[in-house]
Parts: sequence; C-alpha cells; structure tokens
Amino acid sequence: MRRTLLFWALVYAALLLLAVFYLIPIYVLLINALKDYREVSVEAMWRLPEHLSLASFAKAWYGDPGVGMSGLGQNFWNSVKLVVPATFFSVLLGSINGYVLAQWRFRGSETLFFLLLFGMFIPYQSVLIPLVKVLMKLGLYGTISGLVLTHVVYGIPITTLIFRNYYAQIPRELGEAAQIDGAGVLGVYRHVILPLSAPGTVVAVIWQFTQIWNDFLFGVVITNKPSVQPITVALNNLAGSYIVEWNVQMAGAILAALPTLAVYILMGRYFIRGLLAGSVKG
Amino acid sequence: MRRYRRTAFLLLLPSLVLVAVFVYGFIFWTGELSLTNQNDLFVPQVRFVGLENYQRLFAHPRFQIDLRNTLVFSLIFIPGSLILGLFGALLLNTGVRGEGFFRTIFLMPMALSFIVTGVAWRWLMNPTSGLNLLFDALGLGFLKSGWYTDPAVGIKAIALAAIWQLSGYTMALYLAGLRAIPRELYEAAEVDGATPWQAFRYVTFPLLTPVTLSAVIVLGHISLKIFDLVVAIAGISGGPAFSSDVPALFMFVTTFQANRFAQGAAISIVLLVLVSFLVIPYLYWSLRQEVAE
Repeated sequence: MRRTLLFWALVYAALLLLAVFYLIPIYVLLINALKDYREVSVEAMWRLPEHLSLASFAKAWYGDPGVGMSGLGQNFWNSVKLVVPATFFSVLLGSINGYVLAQWRFRGSETLFFLLLFGMFIPYQSVLIPLVKVLMKLGLYGTISGLVLTHVVYGIPITTLIFRNYYAQIPRELGEAAQIDGAGVLGVYRHVILPLSAPGTVVAVIWQFTQIWNDFLFGVVITNKPSVQPITVALNNLAGSYIVEWNVQMAGAILAALPTLAVYILMGRYFIRGLLAGSVKG
Repeated sequence: MRRYRRTAFLLLLPSLVLVAVFVYGFIFWTGELSLTNQNDLFVPQVRFVGLENYQRLFAHPRFQIDLRNTLVFSLIFIPGSLILGLFGALLLNTGVRGEGFFRTIFLMPMALSFIVTGVAWRWLMNPTSGLNLLFDALGLGFLKSGWYTDPAVGIKAIALAAIWQLSGYTMALYLAGLRAIPRELYEAAEVDGATPWQAFRYVTFPLLTPVTLSAVIVLGHISLKIFDLVVAIAGISGGPAFSSDVPALFMFVTTFQANRFAQGAAISIVLLVLVSFLVIPYLYWSLRQEVAE
C-alpha cells in the first residue's frame, strides 16, 4: 500500500487529537494543584500557574486541623499496608492454582476453573452483606487486615487465570523429566516452575497492585473509621467536602494516583498484559 | 500418578474452599436474605416473605430509573469505547513513529482509580467552569451543558468520563487483535486488487469479531456494576432526581445507610442475574474454544 504525505499528516493529526483528549483531565489536575491559592479561581481553571506552589499538595497530605480536615497522608500509608500483603498472598495463591490447573489437569479441573473464573465477574454487591457479617464475627470488620483478607480472596480468580495461561506455555515434559528424577508435585513447582515464573509474576503483581490500590467499594463498605480507610475512600470524602478547596482536592487526586501511575509508566508493557488476561483468552 | 494428582488437588484446596465460601456461599446467603423480611436493624421475627422484596423493587420508581440509566449508560459507553478504541488501535497500527509514546498516553487512564477520574471530571463538567469555559473560548458555545447537574443529562455525563477511562482497554484489545492478523492476508488482498477499505472490510473487520465480542462482554459487565465513578462525580445521592443513579448505588444506600438488608440483597441478586446472562455463555464459549484448539 502506498502511503502519501497526506495520509501521514492525517494520522498524526488524529493521534494528537486523541492525546489531547486523554491528557486534558490530567493536565487540569496538575496545573490547578500546582497553583498558589491566590490564583485559584473557577474562571481561571485553564490558565497556567504564574507561581508554582506545592501548598495544595501539603494541605492535601497533612490536612488542616484548624477546620477539622484530615489529610490523606495517613490513608496513603493505610493503602500501602493494604496493598503489600494483599498483593503478595493473592499472587502466591494464584501461582499455586495456576500451576495445578495448567500442569496437573484432572477430571473436572476445567469445571473448577470455570467456577473460579466466574468469581471474577460477579457484582461484589451480591457478597457484601454476608462479607460484612462474617468479618464482624471474625473481629476483622473496620480493619486493614479485614480488607487484606477480602482482596486476597476476591483476587484469586484473576491471579489464577494469569498464572494458568502463563504456565500453560511451559512444556509439560519439563515437569515430567523432573518427576523421573524423583521430584513430587511440590518439587516440580519449586525446581521447574518457580524459576520460570518471573514474567507471569510481574504481570500478576502489577495487576493486583493496581486493582487493590484503586479499589473503592470494599474500602468504603469494610472500613468505617477515617483512620483505617484506604486513600480512595479518603479522597472521595475529601472531594465531597465543602470545606476543602478544589485545588486541594485535585492535589489529593494526584497523590492517590501517583503509585499506580508510576508503576504504569515504568512497567506499562506488563500492565497491558494483565489487562489482556482479564478478557479470559490469554 | 494418582498420588501426584491428589497432592495437586490438595494444593488447590485452600483457594477452592475460600471461593466456595466467599463467592458461592455468600451469594446463596444473599439470595436467602433477599427472601426475608430483614429490612431493619432489629427485626423481632425473621421470616420468609417470598418474592415480596423483588416485587417492591420492580415497582420502585427509583429502581426503574436505575435500570433505564444503566441501559442509557451502556448504549453510550459500550459503542463509544469500541469506536474510540478501534480508531486508536488502527492509528497506532499504521506503523507511525512514536507509537509507544502515544500508546502510553492513550492507556494511561486505565491505571487510575475511578475516584481520581471522578475528581477530575467533576470539575471538568462543573457547569460554570471546565469544559464549558473551554467551549466558550473556542466558540463552541452550543456544546455547553449542565452535565451531571442537569437531570436531562445525568448518567450520559458519567458515561463520557467512563469512555475516557476505559476506551484504552478496548484499544489494547484491538491492538493485540490487529497484531495477530497475518500480514500475508493483506498481501493476498492487495494481489487480488482490493482497495484499503475492502481490505479493512473483508479482512480486518471479520477477524476482529472475537475481540469485539470479548470487549462487549467486559464493558457490558462494567456497565452493570458501575458504582465508584457515579459516587465520585454525582455523589452518593445519585444526582438531581436520581438522574445519575445506578442499581449498585441504590443497593449501597439501601443496605448500608437505610439498613434495609433484604431489599439491598434483592437488588444485588438482580444485578448478579443480569451479569450472569452476559458472562456465563461467554466463559463457557471461551473455555470451549480453548479446549478445541
């Protein structure tokens, strides 16, 4: 196909137009969060800041005790305390499940896989009431541990899917050879599968990290006290509050977005693989 | 061999038990709850009331609005994300320089939480600021809107923000689909004298059908479950006259603010049934296809 100059001009124009569309909200968040508070006005939303100021970020992070506004700093750390163990355990379980389902198919294993996968698509509303009751019984309601447990359990389907598709590419002969050398099921996992797991693990870790960091529904239902709430819940409270200036809300949004944005920009390739895995066919 | 398989199954067991309890057990529990009269914190005598909660639900004006809103949202959000995603993927697939750069920008919203997106769009769609100011400055005043504050717009404004956030997903899907089409097919089409449009119409388009199907299912189930974005843009009240309200939000308020547990359970079961209609045939189809391969 011959491609003329006009063709390329149109392609670039369209790409630029799309880029503007996707960047506008981020641009608006950034320029307003960086404005000095005297420059902030609804009419001047599109104007670039004349004086750069990090005051909005400081206020979003530390809060303003004078007017009873608590900052997002504590909630940021709550999210860290949530996302690290929850990601670790859900990825570990996913890896083990994926290994079994890919390398040790047995009668009914496809059915079990189907039943596991369905858990990925359910509206979580259909489990929320029993979940709250059970967490209350276990003394985990309103705690970060309760949220960790929740994310580990409901993360099982997607991590299992990611690892199963990944391990399915590893020839079964490798495991069989190790078995002849006397390795059992766990031995094959440890000595054959685990050393080959890095790329699949990166995909699963990034995916779970992003999902759990960005979750709102479980956070808002399970954590009732601001002191234990993850950052998404706290940000939503901040944004709904009339005493908080909107440039401070925008700074808060950027703070909440930074970790996942950093992971995406540094490791986007793996992020996209996780994205594609979510549509079931690997 | 059999001993091995037993060990393998034992490894799977903890997850199977967790999912059996937390997914299937809890769904059953919710289903049971939806058939009772537990619509208060202290119900003197819990008893089964049959489908009463469901009858009340479908007769409820707010729920009727919610179902209509879900439909309107889907009709804007799904085609919007498909078209924008396909368009972006075709552009990226032309072999332009800087493809990686543009792709990074286009998919970036996927890394953000709905709440962050919500904060940005709530201000962009503020009637006295944001996009309306921009439209005025560009002489496009006719595009100005009250967005989510206007009951006539409501959920459509939310759908716009959702397209911004999730069209990158369809773009990634389509891009992977386009890359999987063998080059020889296009060469053969060219030999046969096909125009670029014909090559697209008779080679690209049909081969992307499975991708489109996956995207429709995933986007469709997101439409049914949408919650965070509505809360972040229109607030917990669902906007003026419930114009942005959705079933998931109605469920949340009914259950956790009004303590009408059985009624909330009924809403979530309706949601589950709707999602199941969409997802179960798809899961069955894709696993079947995998076995056949």
